[in-house]
Amino acid sequence: MTALGDVRRRRIDELAARAGQVPEGEGGVSLTRSAVRRLRRDPVAIAGAVIVVVFLLVAALAPLLAPRDPVTQYLLSEIRPGSIPGPREGFPLGVDNLGRDLLSRLVYGSRQSLLIGFVSTVLGVVVGMALGVLAGGLGGWVDTVVMRFVDILLSIPGLLMAITVSVLLGQNQYALMIAIAVVQVPVFARLLRGSMLAQRGSDYALAARALGVRRGRIVFGHVLPNSLSPVIVQATLSLATAIIEAAALSFLGLGDPDISRPEWGAMLASAQDFLSIRPALAIWPAVCIIVVALGFTLLGERLREALDPKFRR
Amino acid sequence: MSIEALPPAAPDRSAVPVLEVEELTVTFTRRGERPTRAVDGVSFSVAAGETIGLVGESGCGKSVTSLAVMGLLPRRGVQVGGSVRFNGAELIGAPDRTLRELRGADMAMVFQDPLSSLNPTVPIGTQVTEVLVEHRDMSGKRAVAEAADLLDRVGIPDPTRRLKEYPHQLSGGMRQRALIAMALACSPRLLIADEPTTALDVTIQAQILELLRELVVDTGTALVMITHDLGVVAGLCDRVHVMYAGKVIETADRHELFARPRQPYTGGLLASVPRLDAGRGTPLTPIRGSARDAIPWAEGCAFAPRCDNAQDDCLTEVAGSTVPLEYDGPGRELRCRHPLTYPRQTPAGAPSSGSTDSGSTSSGSTASGAGR
Repeated sequence: MTALGDVRRRRIDELAARAGQVPEGEGGVSLTRSAVRRLRRDPVAIAGAVIVVVFLLVAALAPLLAPRDPVTQYLLSEIRPGSIPGPREGFPLGVDNLGRDLLSRLVYGSRQSLLIGFVSTVLGVVVGMALGVLAGGLGGWVDTVVMRFVDILLSIPGLLMAITVSVLLGQNQYALMIAIAVVQVPVFARLLRGSMLAQRGSDYALAARALGVRRGRIVFGHVLPNSLSPVIVQATLSLATAIIEAAALSFLGLGDPDISRPEWGAMLASAQDFLSIRPALAIWPAVCIIVVALGFTLLGERLREALDPKFRR
Repeated sequence: MSIEALPPAAPDRSAVPVLEVEELTVTFTRRGERPTRAVDGVSFSVAAGETIGLVGESGCGKSVTSLAVMGLLPRRGVQVGGSVRFNGAELIGAPDRTLRELRGADMAMVFQDPLSSLNPTVPIGTQVTEVLVEHRDMSGKRAVAEAADLLDRVGIPDPTRRLKEYPHQLSGGMRQRALIAMALACSPRLLIADEPTTALDVTIQAQILELLRELVVDTGTALVMITHDLGVVAGLCDRVHVMYAGKVIETADRHELFARPRQPYTGGLLASVPRLDAGRGTPLTPIRGSARDAIPWAEGCAFAPRCDNAQDDCLTEVAGSTVPLEYDGPGRELRCRHPLTYPRQTPAGAPSSGSTDSGSTSSGSTASGAGR
C-alpha cells in the first residue's frame, strides 16, 4: 500500500518538476498557441480528439440518435432462460436480458459516463487546486499540514477509497461523483503544489517581490498561471480514469440506482450472468469504456508532450 | 564600527546618505551542517546621485548583500545582523509590511537575467502596471498610459504595442529596459542593480549602462552597482568596494582604485583583464586558484592561499585580530597586511599604511604585472 503511494507520489513529483522549465527560443509564439499548433499536426492527438468529440456528440444528441427508448422492454415473448434475441430488424445490436434495446442503452449510457467523468474531474481539480494553492502559496506549516494529509490520501488505493466514500455517502449519482473526485484530489494538490514551489523560487517571483508586489498577487498573478500546464494535462488523463472508475463502481453495485439512466458499468455488471448466452451484452459496453478512455488518454499524453519543452523539436 | 567615521569623506559626500549599511552579516544555517557566513561585516553607504560598485567574483557575497538590503532573503535558515538604514530608518527587523511598501516605491532592484526576471505568461504591460497599481494607486487607463510613458522613457520604441507583448517577444536589451522601467516606476531613491548587463551582449550592455548613468544624473537616484565586470565599474561607479569571501577588502574611489590597487586581489583582478594592446598570443595573467580556496576569515586572510604577497602573519592573528579593514589614505580602506606598494605614493597616505606593514613587505611586486 505504501509502495503504491510512493510510486504515485514520485510520478506526480516528476511531472511537477518538469513543468518548472521555461521554454526558450520560441520565436514570437506563446506557449499555449505553439502547443495547439503542434497538436494539430499530430495524428495521434487528432485521433484522440476525434474519439472524444464523437462521444461528446453522441451524448449531447442521444435522444436523436437512439433508435428506441432505453428503458422500454421489447420482445419479451422471445426472452427465455438460455436465449436472448440477437441483432435483428429494428434492433441493430439486439436487446438485453430484460428486452431493452442495447444500442439505445449504449447511446444514453455515454451521457451518464461522460457526465460523471467530467463532474468528478472538475470537482477533483477544483478541490485539489485549492489545497495545492494553499500549500504551495503559503508554504511553512500550512504546507506541511496539507501535504501530510494529501500523502495519507495518496497512500490509500484509489478504488478502495472511492468505494469507502460512496458507501459512506449512500447510493446516488452525486455520491458516485464525489467518491471519484476524492480520489483525484490528492493527485492535483500534490502536482500543483510541486509545480508552484518550483515557480516560487523563480527569478520573476523574486523580481516581483523586489518591486513590492503583494504576496497574494504574486501567488495568483505570477506563480499560479505558470504552474497550470501539468494540471491541465493531468485533468485530461484523469477524465479517462474517472470514466473507468465510474464504470467500476457501477459494476460493483455502488452506482446510480436509478434504472431510467443506463450506465456502461452497470450494463457490464448485469451482463455478467449472461456471458455464456450473449457475450455481446458485456462486450459492447466494455468497448465503449475502453475507447472513450483511450481517446482521453491519447489526447492527454500528446497534450503533455506538446506543453513539455523537452519534447520540442 | 568607527571605521566609517575615520576617513575624511570627499566634500560632495557630506550629504545624508540614502543608504547606510553597517557591519552587515548574513549567516545561512542548515540543520546538521555548519552555518555559512556569506556576508561578514560589510559596511558602505550611498548618497543621492552617487553610484557605488560592489565588485568581486562569484560567491563573494555581493548578491546576498543586495538581497539582505532589500529584505528579500527568506526568513527561515537565514540570520541577518548589523544595520541597514534607509533614509535614516532601520530596515533590519522592520515588519514585512513596511519593507514591502518601501520596495518598488523607494528602493528598487534590477536583476541579472531579464528573461527569467519577467513572467513568461503575462504581458509586459500587466507587469509594469502592477507596480503602479501597487504603489501609486493608479488604475485602468491611467496606469496603462503611465506604463507606456515609462517604457518610452527607457527608450523602448512603440511602447503601446510593446505593452501587449509577452517577454519572449522582446529582445534581450528591451527586456532589461522594461525591467528598469518597472524599477523606475515610482522614482525610487535607491536602485540596486545586480549584474544588470551580464546576460546582454556588448553593444546592448553599453546602452543599458548609459541609461543607468543618465538616470542617476537626471533624478539623483542612489545607485548600487553589483558586478564582476571591471569595465562597468570604470564607466559608472564613483566609489568601489571590492569584496572577497564575504568581506570588503578594499574601498577606494574609482580613479584611485584603477591607478593604484593596494590589495593584491584587486591588483590581480585588474591584471587579469585582457588588454587589447598586449599583442597577440600574450597569455592572460589570472589569479591562481579559485574562490573555493578561501580560508575562513577567523583563521587569517581568506585570500592568503591565492596571494603572491602572502606571508606567515597573513594566516595568524596579530594582536588579537585577524586582518582588519583599516584606513589607507584619504577615502581608502584596505584589509591587507602586505599590500601592493608604489614608488611614488601619496605622501599623506604612506606613513599610516606603512605602520601596518611589518618591514619586509615592499618585495618589489609592483602594481599589475606582478602575477606570473
